[in-house]
Amino acid sequence: MTSSPDHLPTMARSSLSDRLAPYGPILILVLLVVFGFLAIPSMSSWLTLTVSGLAMGMMIFIMASGLTLVFGLMDVINFGHGAFVSVGAFVGVSFLLLLQHMTGAPSLLLNLTALLVAIIGAMLATGIMGWAFERVIVKPVYGAHLKQILVTMGGLIVVEQLIIVLWGPEEIYITRPEALKGAITFAGAALEKYRLVAVGIGLVIFLLMRWILRHTKIGLIVRAGVENGEMVEALGYRLRLVFVGVFMAGSALAGLGGVLWGLYQEVITAHMGNEVMILIFIVVIIGGLGSVEGCFIGALLVGLLQNYVAFLEPKVALISNIGLMVAILMWRPMGMIPVVKAK
Amino acid sequence: MLTKLLSGDTPRSPVLAVLLIGILVCLALAPFLFPGVRSVDTAARICIFIVLVASYDLMLGYGGIVSFAHTMFFGIGAYGVALACTHLGRGFDALLVGSVAGALVAATLAFVIGLFSLRVRAIFFAMITLAVASAVAVLVSQLSAITGGEDGLNYRIPRELTPAFKFADGQILGARLNGKLLNYYLIFGSTLLIFLLLLRIVHSPFGRVLQAIRENDFRAEAIGYRVVYYRVAVTCISAAAAALAGSLYAIWLRYVGPDTTLSLEIMIDVLLMVVIGGMGTMYGAVIGATIFVLAQNYLQALMSVASDALTGLPVLPELISADRWLLWLGVLFILSVYFFPTGIVGRLRQRRR
Repeated sequence: MTSSPDHLPTMARSSLSDRLAPYGPILILVLLVVFGFLAIPSMSSWLTLTVSGLAMGMMIFIMASGLTLVFGLMDVINFGHGAFVSVGAFVGVSFLLLLQHMTGAPSLLLNLTALLVAIIGAMLATGIMGWAFERVIVKPVYGAHLKQILVTMGGLIVVEQLIIVLWGPEEIYITRPEALKGAITFAGAALEKYRLVAVGIGLVIFLLMRWILRHTKIGLIVRAGVENGEMVEALGYRLRLVFVGVFMAGSALAGLGGVLWGLYQEVITAHMGNEVMILIFIVVIIGGLGSVEGCFIGALLVGLLQNYVAFLEPKVALISNIGLMVAILMWRPMGMIPVVKAK
Repeated sequence: MLTKLLSGDTPRSPVLAVLLIGILVCLALAPFLFPGVRSVDTAARICIFIVLVASYDLMLGYGGIVSFAHTMFFGIGAYGVALACTHLGRGFDALLVGSVAGALVAATLAFVIGLFSLRVRAIFFAMITLAVASAVAVLVSQLSAITGGEDGLNYRIPRELTPAFKFADGQILGARLNGKLLNYYLIFGSTLLIFLLLLRIVHSPFGRVLQAIRENDFRAEAIGYRVVYYRVAVTCISAAAAALAGSLYAIWLRYVGPDTTLSLEIMIDVLLMVVIGGMGTMYGAVIGATIFVLAQNYLQALMSVASDALTGLPVLPELISADRWLLWLGVLFILSVYFFPTGIVGRLRQRRR
């Protein structure tokens, strides 16, 4: 009769920090909001700032999501992503200017239709442009990061200059559609209507994207491709086609973001893509390259922090994003939700 | 002796050798060969950009690291001299203090950025430098109490370096013997010195390791070189050299402002010079900078003439007006990355084999 060994395996619960680790990014977001609540003296201004931070974050997310997926899927880093933002804004605004009779009317339905037309137009234009960009600029330099960075940067310059040729060098001022002007008052806080719309659109896009990635076949292929592209190709899927599709979708989203951003700033310039690009990079880096969720949380962090800090200490706001990036990279060097294994 | 001075890196192509000697002679005798304010100014710009581009090439062509903050380091050097001249008074000590401080600050900043980004992936560096450079540019234009904001700073450099100082009467071959001449030779001499120093670094064992890392970082790590250390070190050296170029620029111009030292446009110019001249060869920097600065100064005028000649046609004059200079640079840039990745120097050396 043999007795069972003394050292029974023990089922220890993993430590609290280990269990919390996956939720870390969301916890930071919550902490930031709470911090804002404590630091900002009046409740109403906190609410206003939070909404505008969320709106800004959502717009950055829309623009950045394509970039992060493109990188995750094909290891392609596109420094020309900002070009799509600019083109989207210019095409969208041209549509809005054409549809002035609709945007000028005080009816919410007509306004939203005009906005929708502008968005669809901009997304189509940037989607097609994304296809061309992928074909002409990105395709010849697969697998060579250095050349990718150089060539896509060149592409950005060319597109920026072409915008100036087509639309002229002056900045274009635009007014928001009639029904989206002004603010509504909620709990004593003035919330700009347009920002609420931007938050709504951003949320819809995020949820839609999440649904596509998690519950459809194509989403499965994309996620698998990010995880291990060679294996997916070995299983018979033509990842290149999927990649072109993702690139076009990402470009179209950047175009959508461009329209929203243009209306948010109420002025568009050929260099706006370049300026937004910097925010996009920060978001993509702190989110973790290739991760849509990380990108979403990162974008909200950047938006909220920028608004809070601008209210509390305007001079510091210029470098708050860099500070955030440094802090996150010290905590997790690969970004908050690292997806792409070092290839 | 000469081979030793060039650290064993002879041009290895007769055409290239002739070109390089031609450029050296022209730059060395520029005030006498091409008298006139504008041409001497062009020569000084070529010298300064040779240093800037060579330092960038050290990072890009030898280290395989793309940085978009090179103009930031350039600007740090320039503002270093400007601030030192403003606060320490007029004198050579101020120039020296400013240059050294600028180089140190640039190297420190490069060290910090490098530590954060290079330990993960080299491409992080490109994105982070872009973000940091833009933040610094905004800071400089906002902190107008220190930096003069958008207007920049005007300051006084030692009298011996200004046109007001005459060390001898008369002219030699049309060149006035004044402080501006001394200033030019200060810049020319420093350029030559820094360039030879960079050449020395590239051909040292350190440079060899860098090239190994550029070709295959994984293998270099496996052989036992700490890739991160080498990458961070090369960014620091490169940043310091860029800051010195900035200091020279500040001494020459007697003015610094965000547009002349920090703008992204200069960054793009530098990228183009490196690519046209040839990545991974120090001589590429010389050729690239010379051709580019000359083209910038004289081709833009040509473009506006062509544009005026075509007025009346749709779009076309708009496309080739001098303001669209950047458009064609961008196109040229993309084409040269595709078709001449080794640049002019690479092509010339290849043909001989």
